Amino acid sequence: MKVSITVNGTKQSHEVEPRTLLVHYIREHAKLTGTNIGCDTSSCGACTVHLDGEAVKSCTILAAQVDGGSVTTIEGLAVNGEMHPMQKAFMENHGLQCGYCTPGMVMAAIDLLQENPSPTEDEVRLGLEGNLCRCTGYHNIVKSVLAAATK
Amino acid sequence: MSITEERKTSVLGTRMLRREDPALLTGEAKYTNDLAIPGALHLAVLRSPYAHAKIRSIDTSDAASMPGVVAVYTGKDLLSSWAAPMPCAWPVTPDMKNPAHYPLAVDKACYVGDGVAAVLATSDAAARDALDAIDVVYEPLAAVTDLEAALRDETIIHESIGTNKSYTWNLKVEAKEGAVDEAFKNAAYTVHERYVQQRLIPMAMEPRAVAVVPQPFGGDITIYSATQIPHILKVMTAITAGIPEHQVRVVAPAVGGGFGSKLNVYAEELLCVALSRKHGAPVRWVEERTENTQATIHGRGQIQHIELAADKDGRLTAVRVRLIGDMGAYLQLVTPGVPLLGAFLYAGVYDLPQAYDFSCTSVFTTMTPTDAYRGAGRPEATYAIEVAMDALARKMKIDPFELRQRNYIKREQFFDAKGNQTGYTAFHGLNYDSANHLAAAQKATEIADYAGVRKKQAQQNVPGARKRLGIGMTSYFEMCGLAPSRVLASLNYGAGGWESATVRVLPTSKVQVVTGTSPHGQGHETSWAMIAAEKLGVAPEDVDVLHSDTAIAPLGLDTYGSRSLAVGGLAIAGACDKVIDKARLIAAHQMECAAEDLQFDKGVFSVKGSPEKAVPIAAIAFAAFTAHNLPDGVEPNLEAQYTHDPKNFSWPFGTHVCVVEVDTETGKVDVLKYVAVDDCGNQVNPLIVEGQVHGGVVQGLAQALYEEAVYDSDGNLKTTNLAEYLVPAACDVPPITTDFTVTPSPTNELGVKGIGEAGTIGAASTVMNAVIDALAGLGVTHLDMPASPNNVWKAINAAQGGKQ
Repeated sequence: MKVSITVNGTKQSHEVEPRTLLVHYIREHAKLTGTNIGCDTSSCGACTVHLDGEAVKSCTILAAQVDGGSVTTIEGLAVNGEMHPMQKAFMENHGLQCGYCTPGMVMAAIDLLQENPSPTEDEVRLGLEGNLCRCTGYHNIVKSVLAAATK
Repeated sequence: MSITEERKTSVLGTRMLRREDPALLTGEAKYTNDLAIPGALHLAVLRSPYAHAKIRSIDTSDAASMPGVVAVYTGKDLLSSWAAPMPCAWPVTPDMKNPAHYPLAVDKACYVGDGVAAVLATSDAAARDALDAIDVVYEPLAAVTDLEAALRDETIIHESIGTNKSYTWNLKVEAKEGAVDEAFKNAAYTVHERYVQQRLIPMAMEPRAVAVVPQPFGGDITIYSATQIPHILKVMTAITAGIPEHQVRVVAPAVGGGFGSKLNVYAEELLCVALSRKHGAPVRWVEERTENTQATIHGRGQIQHIELAADKDGRLTAVRVRLIGDMGAYLQLVTPGVPLLGAFLYAGVYDLPQAYDFSCTSVFTTMTPTDAYRGAGRPEATYAIEVAMDALARKMKIDPFELRQRNYIKREQFFDAKGNQTGYTAFHGLNYDSANHLAAAQKATEIADYAGVRKKQAQQNVPGARKRLGIGMTSYFEMCGLAPSRVLASLNYGAGGWESATVRVLPTSKVQVVTGTSPHGQGHETSWAMIAAEKLGVAPEDVDVLHSDTAIAPLGLDTYGSRSLAVGGLAIAGACDKVIDKARLIAAHQMECAAEDLQFDKGVFSVKGSPEKAVPIAAIAFAAFTAHNLPDGVEPNLEAQYTHDPKNFSWPFGTHVCVVEVDTETGKVDVLKYVAVDDCGNQVNPLIVEGQVHGGVVQGLAQALYEEAVYDSDGNLKTTNLAEYLVPAACDVPPITTDFTVTPSPTNELGVKGIGEAGTIGAASTVMNAVIDALAGLGVTHLDMPASPNNVWKAINAAQGGKQ
């Protein structure tokens, strides 16, 4: 079947199997590999992207369901070669180590601040509940998000 | 900053942001499964649903005819592809039993997840679809999941060895024969504790992935793998697949965490190698998370008996340890060595006389093989001694911090009578390089307000109180920086412990550092550039760091065991010294002076006493490149390779303190405060050091509170995904207060020690001591990990005589 999805501002159409998950569409059809796959139970959040402006785990939705929609991935955040403030905050606060959870974590964190621009530390921790990281112990991720909230 | 400007301040010890981050933050970084490999066939592996079963027959015909399927193979089909079984590099004893283990099981499956057949297809989906069409007839056999029962050999897993026991390894050190028994006989206090180190699933966020690209006519192959050990994988592939080593290139692209789980040579890597050669086409495989929980190694898995003998003041007089190690179904790369890495540490940071009796018996079970997981043997050892110390303090009715202070190895014991820093030679003969345990402990307890918490606890933990306060601590000593090659030889390890580096100054004075370490989140590119910049007096941004490709970095022993800085970083420093030595000869020739009259400081050679006569290393690099005017006997170009074999392990240490509140009605544990004071000697980049401690602590805390690979009695893994295996999320863990003492290692030029595993080594016992401390007043003296609400509630209920 054919789906048309706007990815990072560019509308594209692809022929896909009906069972194609959005994350596979992004990685294999749109050829954007920044969105990672970390589990098969929608638990880890590594594949989090923005769909029509809101964070979704792209393994929980079929590409077909997104037909006509607009997706932003980690590759779509930088503007004119300048990283998004959340990306910068992660860098400045050592909010990543191996980087595998990072794209999803950054997308989730941006969504969190859209909903709650000045969260408390507890609200950040709770808000990122759906995104797992094995390297950082979350300490510097939380610090990064709180720092981004002040910008 | 250009190379010729004088740098005023040191680069080492600064909180430099990581150069790795922009690529990782923007999706630019390529992990193995991100690589575009045209024409690649996809591998999928059919895995045994039984823990222990004979394979009666496998019918692959239906699968082979499915759309997109190229071929289907069984273990028997591929047996002739292997020159040797899968490697175990650590035969810990001469009589260790190591049954042959092939990438696909041949006659029987020995754990749920054991590969029994492989499909190659034109897409990953087609390959996985075809797995369902393979018809395997199994004859199920009894599962073996209980370590003590396994030792009774009622069900033998590997008939070829006739027993489930793999080996027994002993470390008995007595000042005179019978010293241990004597000490226990004369002890004022003894404790005998039994602890279970539950199996853990390492769960790196990136599942494993591999892609092998062959050159069908040239014979070379390139292996791209999500591995910590490209160099070891190269050697082992040559041996196992029978390919000349010089025709094997291994690349570890961006790797999404390892924690030991990617310190291995895996069946799927070898299957991709063999099948890519058979089909003359690239073959790739990516692991699903459910597969990861079954087919990637597990960690821990020990039953520990520890006995302490102490005199009337609580000073330790003997330690006796009996371990049973759960090897799982087969020995993977360093499976049998993991308990040995802890064997020297069951007296922890304490000044024990020569009265130590350690013995480990390791046993096969029908579960996923175990192997190194963050800390590997040392968190287990630290847990045993530190939780047992609290038990001893309870028995003596003294504060556990007081008991520790009576036993710490003292700072002055690391110096001889003349004040020379000789290190402390422990009862077993290993030399602890440097430490000040009391200082770290005082700092940690002050930050955590130990005395204040004790006061509050006395007020809060009254009879009937629902929420009880507890405080726990751990003082640890870690044996890492693996390792002096001669010591590894004495432990029968199959390789050395050196690390290699090449440093070259390019004609335009930019610097390339080539390292044999293979980072997967540790920020080596940043830290190694800092070391070379400091040594050569150049700007860190002028230094590039190359790694993780055996064609670019042919020599190396990779990244594990907190070795990268303590061994690999020193190799870089040594290579820089050789570069400087060579540059000095060229500078002296240019300046018409003797080499020994030149001093080198901040990137500039100058004549001692006449600083106006100076030449920067940049100019020397260009002169070495043009080679127009070099002294006789000096080769062109400015490059040097150095291999560092450490003189000693590195011995980081520290004290962690944790404060918890336990809800006695629900059994839920809330961590109110976690303080880690670690000492890894001099720090190259404190930002990265803190990050390593945060992550390490949370992995240890997760063992204490959340994680456990649960098997049922039929050998089925019940925790096969991230919904069932509780890797904590941000809301499940506290902020971590990190602080440090700095006791440089005297055994290396940089004064550094490792930090990658320290947090994990200190954390589990710290949290458990706090939880038990909270509940001690209710009669709880023992609690199995994880201290889940269920386990805590049951312990309280049992202590209260089932009345709750």
